[in-house]
Amino acid sequence: MNILELSNVEASYGPVQALRGVSLTVEKGKIITVLGANGAGKSTILKTISGIIDPSKGQIRFNGEEIQGRDPDRIVRGGIGHAPEGREVFALLSVEENLRMGAYTRRDRDGVAKDIELVYGYFPILKERARQEAGLLSGGQQQMLAIGRALLSRPKLMLMDEPSLGLSPLLTQEIFRIIVRINREQGTTILLVEQNANMALDVGDHGYVLEVGRIVMEDTCQRLAQNKDVQEFYLGMKAHGVRGQRRWKKKKQWR
Amino acid sequence: MLLAGVAQGCVYALGALGFVLIYKATETVNFAQGDLMMLGGFFALTASVTLGWPYWATILFAVAAMAVVGMLAERLILRPVLGQPAFTVVMITIGLGYVVRGVVTMVPGWGTETYQIATPFVDDVWTLGGVILPVQQLMVIGMTAALCALLYFFFRFSTLGVAMQATSQNQLAAYYMGIPVRRVNMMIWGLSAGVAAFAGILLAPVTFVHSNMGFIGLKAFPAAVVGGFGSVPGAIVGGLIIGVVEALAGFYLPEGFKDVAAYIVVLVVLLVWPSGIFGETGRKKV
Repeated sequence: MNILELSNVEASYGPVQALRGVSLTVEKGKIITVLGANGAGKSTILKTISGIIDPSKGQIRFNGEEIQGRDPDRIVRGGIGHAPEGREVFALLSVEENLRMGAYTRRDRDGVAKDIELVYGYFPILKERARQEAGLLSGGQQQMLAIGRALLSRPKLMLMDEPSLGLSPLLTQEIFRIIVRINREQGTTILLVEQNANMALDVGDHGYVLEVGRIVMEDTCQRLAQNKDVQEFYLGMKAHGVRGQRRWKKKKQWR
Repeated sequence: MLLAGVAQGCVYALGALGFVLIYKATETVNFAQGDLMMLGGFFALTASVTLGWPYWATILFAVAAMAVVGMLAERLILRPVLGQPAFTVVMITIGLGYVVRGVVTMVPGWGTETYQIATPFVDDVWTLGGVILPVQQLMVIGMTAALCALLYFFFRFSTLGVAMQATSQNQLAAYYMGIPVRRVNMMIWGLSAGVAAFAGILLAPVTFVHSNMGFIGLKAFPAAVVGGFGSVPGAIVGGLIIGVVEALAGFYLPEGFKDVAAYIVVLVVLLVWPSGIFGETGRKKV
C-alpha cells in the first residue's frame, strides 16, 4: 500500500522552477531514498510535502487524501514528521524543550513523556545533555536531536533531509543505523533524501534519482547500486576504457 | 528620589518589553508601541471613570481589550504585508501609531483632554525607618515585578510560551514542528499590546491620560536598545537604568538634561557594548 503519492508536482522559488513534474510513490513501512546532486530539487520535494512550499501544479496524496497546499501544522498533525536539512534545532532552548516542541501537536502528556524516553533510548547522549541549550551540541548531536524531535510527533511518515550533512563517516554510519532501527521498530515509513548515495542505497528499499527537478530513474536500491551510471555519477566509481583511461565526454544513458 | 526613578524605569521597562517581544518573534520594530500604551490608558479610563469599575477590574479589562486590539492589528494590518521588506512593515507600524492617536482624539469622552484615573493608593505613604515611601511608586514596582514573574513562568514552562520562544528562534523549524506560526505571532502581538496596556495604566497616575502619552514610547525604545534589542531581561534592566538615570539627572544636573539623559545613556552604552548589555552574541551554528 502506498502511504504517499506525488503526481506531476511542480514547484518554484519565484522565477526559478525547482521541480518540473515529479511523480513518486512511497510504500508503507519502507525506506525510500531520493538521490541527486546539489540543486537537483531534493529538499524542495520534502518542503513541498511538508507544506512549507506550495506546489504550483500536481497532487500530493497522503493516505489517499490530497494534502498539497495545506498549512504545515495541519500536515504535521496528519502524521508527517520532518527532520530538516541543516538540523534547524531551536538553539536557545534546552534539548528537552526541543523535543517537547516536536510534540507540539500532541495533547497526551503521558505518551509524550514515554516517547521522549524512547528517543533517549535511541540517542543516550541526548539524555545526558537534556538540560543543555541545543545550540551548544555538536553537529552530530544536533542531527540526533533533529531526528528525535521529528519522531516526537509520532509520524507515520518521516521526511529526512540529508542526515549525513557535515558529519564524519563514522557518525554518519551510526545515524543511518538508527534510522533503520526506527523504521523496523516503530514501523515508521521513511523518505530519505541524501547526497551520500552509498549510505542511502545501503539502507533504502527503493530509490529515485533526481536531476534538475526531474526523476530520471527509479528502481530498487539494490539494482540502482549495480547500475553503471549511478555507480559513476553518484558512487564515484570510474568507468575505465580499454586503455585504462577514463573516456571523456561520457553521456549518461538517460539523457 | 531613587524610588521615583525606579518606578518610572519600570514603566519604560514594560514599554521596552513590548518592543522586544514583537521584535524577537517577528523581527519587526513596532513603533506603535507607545500609542498602544496610550490606548490601553484610555480603555482603563473608560472602565474606571465612565463605568466606575474598581481598579483591579479596570486593569484586567484594559489588558484584555488591548490584547484583542493587538491580535486584530496583527491579523488585519501586518499579516497582509508579511514577507515585504522590513522598511515597509516599520512604516506601517508608524502609520498604525498615528491612526490610533488620531482615532482616540475623535472618540467622544476621550478627545484631547487630560484625564486622571483614580487609584486606590494615590496619596498613601509608608514610613519605614524615617524614610517616606510613596505607596504609589511601590505599587508600580511591585506590579511590574509581578508581571515579569508571570511572563517568566509563562515563557519558561507553558507549552505556548516555549513555542513562542521556539518560533522567534527559528521560524522555519517551528513550521516543521507543526507550530501554527502565524497564530503564535498573532498571540505575541496580543501579549505585547497587553503589556503595553499594563504599562499605560501604571503610567496613568504619573503623567495622566492624554492622547500624546504615547510619546513615552520614545523613552521605552532607548530602554530596549540599552538592554540589547531582542533580550527580555535586557529590556527590564534597560528600562530601570534609563528611569534611574533620568531621575538623577533631573535632580543633579541643570534643567533640560532630564529629557536627553536617556539618549546619552544609549550613546554611552552602545559605545561600550555595541549590541546592548544583554545583546545576543551567539550565532547560529551551521
